Amino acid sequence: MSLLEINKLNKAFGGLSAVLDVSIKIKENELIALIGPNGAGKTTMFNLITGVYKPDEGDIIFKGEEIQGLPPYTVCKKGIARTFQNIRLFNDLTVLDNVKIALHKDVPYSMLATVLRLPSYFKGEKALENKAIELLDIFNLKDKKDEIASNLPYGEQRRLEVARALATHPTLLILDEPAAGMNPNETQDLMKLIKRLKEEFNLTILLIEHDMSLVMGVCERIYVLDYGQLIAEGKPEEIRGNKKVIEAYLGEEVG
Amino acid sequence: MKKILKNKLSQFIINVIILAAIFTIVQYMLNVGILNRFYEITLTSMCINIILAVSLNLINGFTGQLSLGHAGFMAIGAYVSVVITNYFELPLIIGLIGGCLGAAIAGFIIGVPTLRLKGDYLAIATLGFGEIIRVLLQNIDYVGGPAGISGIAKQTNWAWLFGSVILTVIIIQNIINSSYGRAIISVREDEIAAEVMGVNTTNYKVLAFVIGALFAGLAGGLYGHYFYIIKPETFNFLKSFDILVMVVLGGLGSTTGAIIAAIFITVLTAALQAFPAVRMIIYALILILVMIYRPQGLMGNKELTIRSFGKIWGEKR
Repeated sequence: MSLLEINKLNKAFGGLSAVLDVSIKIKENELIALIGPNGAGKTTMFNLITGVYKPDEGDIIFKGEEIQGLPPYTVCKKGIARTFQNIRLFNDLTVLDNVKIALHKDVPYSMLATVLRLPSYFKGEKALENKAIELLDIFNLKDKKDEIASNLPYGEQRRLEVARALATHPTLLILDEPAAGMNPNETQDLMKLIKRLKEEFNLTILLIEHDMSLVMGVCERIYVLDYGQLIAEGKPEEIRGNKKVIEAYLGEEVG
Repeated sequence: MKKILKNKLSQFIINVIILAAIFTIVQYMLNVGILNRFYEITLTSMCINIILAVSLNLINGFTGQLSLGHAGFMAIGAYVSVVITNYFELPLIIGLIGGCLGAAIAGFIIGVPTLRLKGDYLAIATLGFGEIIRVLLQNIDYVGGPAGISGIAKQTNWAWLFGSVILTVIIIQNIINSSYGRAIISVREDEIAAEVMGVNTTNYKVLAFVIGALFAGLAGGLYGHYFYIIKPETFNFLKSFDILVMVVLGGLGSTTGAIIAAIFITVLTAALQAFPAVRMIIYALILILVMIYRPQGLMGNKELTIRSFGKIWGEKR
């Protein structure tokens, strides 16, 4: 059974069809890439899956449950986490607090305990902090836990965003251009990290990426979007030779 | 670990000692008459303003939702508590609890539809609701219509005021420094990111709004039982605006900032009471200067604690 099944998904903004009849199937523990030229509807797909947008038509089935049209926080609770193309951290807060907020959905104490500062509050806060630090450690951000998120260098902000997404302990992790703005070395490290996370946390990963070395190097299957439509699907080597894909990226041959 | 606990405990003890000292000294000065009637009124306004500013700061500063209807909730608290104590002759404590609950319920009823709006739209909607509350009170004969209720027994004293301020600050600070508080702050920081991280932003906006309204109700109840008379006109838009000025001046998202600003503005108002025209000019000048030179407010979103005093002390040495 597939973990995520998207059937004939449609979304239009006014007269523009951003996503048109797209169907995708992702099995558990796969690493899938979604590629396509600018404006192909990739990020719209992500927004539809995570509930930021509501689809016009079609359904999204996650772990056998229909999730289309649910609000983002419910989708998150079902086990889908994501990062954003243009980093969306909680900029004025510390690195630690950024991760702690993502841990909120399983906060171990009640509102009453909060107001009265009952022992369960102190115990719970300690547990949250430990969990957050543990995650930050994986991403080499432990030493920076008290820094304000917006003061981190770009690459670390990207890593923090992934750490924050993982804090919601997802089964499906969606990464929107994780390597954007990184140099080849950083991209290499990121590839290794993504692979490691996938094994360690038993994740299924769906990513949008423009960096073809990353896509071809780590992804098991690739979906290609163009003008909101799915134009190809397959293993990296199949996609590399696909005429339609080459045309979408480079334009048609003249004559 | 032991050291941290010890530190926390010693900080707690220092806090308690300072607060007890402030309470006793002021009480003593009131008893022997060093603080006369004029100072007593100023002190009362100060405490009420602190409660109002700290509670509005939860909505405007921490949750980032611009609300301009705080005086409306204060009005509900004042009227409900006065009706309970004056008409039904129940003790003050029940009146205050009733006032808080009344304001909180109003906050919920108003919050659920309006908090779908953002920024300016929310400000206008809450402003409108604040005015609706005032106009409604003006037209309910049971509570005296435009003339309001007069001849209210004065029951608010320094102990009630001081206790209420402490309660408000502690409860709001406890909420802010918890996972619930972080969820509230995440709404201000980035609503979409918060939602995607599993925070039900609508719930937390309403929660902050209801808690803010609840304490505005407390302030209203204390107000009603000090100044002998309450009338709808007291709780007009300008009152909401006054509270907003304190919050902005103190720094959006700083409880200690709100407290400092509330004290400062109350003292300024009292000092310039003889020159009402000059007062407005100075008021405006201060605001303009703060906005130019310190747009984040006196405290920004930082807090002033005993530990920060300790840090300054440590650096000096």
